[in-house]
Amino acid sequence: MKAPKTHNIYSPEYECMSRDALRELQNERLRRVVKHEYDNVAIYRERMDAKGIKPEDIKTVDDLRYLPFTNKTDLRDTFPFGLLAVPKRDIVRIQGSSGTTGKPIVSGYTENDVEVWTEMVARAIVAAGGGKDDIVQVCYGYGLFTGGLGAHQGATRIGAMTVPMSSGNTQRQILMMKELGSTMLCCTPSYAIYIGETVRDMGLDPKKDLRLKSGCFGAEPWTEEMRQRLEELLDIDACDIYGLTEIAGPGVSFECLEKKGMHVNEDHVIPEIIDPVTEEPLPYGTAGELVFTTITKEGMPMLRYRTHDICVLHDEPCACGRTTVRMGRITGRTDDMLVIRGVNVFPSQIESVLVSVKGVSPFYMLIVDRVHSTDSLEVQVEIEENSFSDTVSALENIRNEISEKVKSVVGISAKITLVSPKSLPRSEGKAKRVIDNRKL
Amino acid sequence: MNMTVKQISVFIENKPGTMVSITDALGTAGIDIRAMSLADTQDFGILRLIVSDTEKARAALASIGCVTSVTDVIAAVLPDTPGAMSGMVRLLAKNNINIEYMYAFISNTDKKAYIVLRIKDTDTAVKVLTDAGFSLAKSIN
Repeated sequence: MKAPKTHNIYSPEYECMSRDALRELQNERLRRVVKHEYDNVAIYRERMDAKGIKPEDIKTVDDLRYLPFTNKTDLRDTFPFGLLAVPKRDIVRIQGSSGTTGKPIVSGYTENDVEVWTEMVARAIVAAGGGKDDIVQVCYGYGLFTGGLGAHQGATRIGAMTVPMSSGNTQRQILMMKELGSTMLCCTPSYAIYIGETVRDMGLDPKKDLRLKSGCFGAEPWTEEMRQRLEELLDIDACDIYGLTEIAGPGVSFECLEKKGMHVNEDHVIPEIIDPVTEEPLPYGTAGELVFTTITKEGMPMLRYRTHDICVLHDEPCACGRTTVRMGRITGRTDDMLVIRGVNVFPSQIESVLVSVKGVSPFYMLIVDRVHSTDSLEVQVEIEENSFSDTVSALENIRNEISEKVKSVVGISAKITLVSPKSLPRSEGKAKRVIDNRKL
Repeated sequence: MNMTVKQISVFIENKPGTMVSITDALGTAGIDIRAMSLADTQDFGILRLIVSDTEKARAALASIGCVTSVTDVIAAVLPDTPGAMSGMVRLLAKNNINIEYMYAFISNTDKKAYIVLRIKDTDTAVKVLTDAGFSLAKSIN
């Protein structure tokens, strides 16, 4: 079954606003958020002062370019509450993700922030064909990770029957999908493909045994080929959804059933594309680093947050009727972050684990692969000469220690392979630490 | 008096060709392998060797990039007859001595069975075994 392309706009008053009216709204909201940040967050004030910029200098979206950038490291360095722009008692939710060196980053949401985020996901689910009559199965992980709760809130908001399955236990997922008659799926695209393959392995026919029609799939980069495979396997429309905890969570942008790029919720965030080296803004249609400024967020607003994701923005009107700018697929990163099973992984996190383990050197190689639609991470690390003894248990202990620490720091399990000293490639200059064999 | 023999352990990655380079290096250096055993896990193994010249063997292995360590192990000499081994392990068990690993070989020269034992508290095991009349090798030829 496929989703019908009608009545698929949740907030037409914003999503289909004229570009001029939208720009006016953005200007007004931008002025307000810049003042809010300047008045309430020390590092924003210091940075603006250092550049000689006062809040009143920022009058329109065109003035964005004068504002300093915000980076993930700012969230880490001020962890947990240093970037809050409201008193702690006004925060009603904390969500988080992994940071770059093992320390997590968190974002604080006011009641209104949760409300805005919920609305953004609601728009995404509606754009993928969802409505009150739908049964939405959420198999993103629930917890600090924004995927599960984000999709859950959005689905609940549109009045759909929401099934909070969280991730894992695929056979049970499929059983519930079949028995409840779930019509929509929210999870990572690779997990959706795995579900599709398992459906086939169980001898089920999606056309006869399931009632799925569409889904919102995100939290990791994917391709048109993966979309085709996913749509075939489950006989659905698969829409892309994008987001990040620092900005809100999933729903920052989303695809409609036209599947021609992700509509950015521009009444809440302003997207920019910059040249990652010169940091100068680039025009629509040019690939560069995606930067977001939140204009309605209260708890932890972000001015010019550098996502390090590379993509293109388009402003041609979409056949769906929305007037918002669309993002193309994420085609790469400007840093070394990997997305493995929907989890952000930085090589520096693994390195921080390895230097804390006795008996191994800090020489390592990360090998990422995708087998049966599931990402795998292997950490190859050199043992140290003087730590080697004659017993297997000594080496197994080292391996288990690394494995547990990686799991607790990064949040995913990895296969740990011990290799001989000096066997991994050395390089002058920037070491190559990652081999990504996934076909994306 | 020293009642143990020197064993070299070599870290090996579980991939084709590793054993070739190790045995080549030892062969070229003129080293005779007296006994060996291989402990394997899914990804790596530990090759344990008793050789004619421990230091020379270590140097040869280091030259091809192998990590090695040397351990004192007990080499009990048993008559090659049914039940001989059982008597020895029973004695160790009775004294609450745990065997980390063991392997055995039969010498060409004296037609006797050698049981190589790795025990954490080597001194106690040596005492228990020698007190009970077991003969322990000081070297293996």
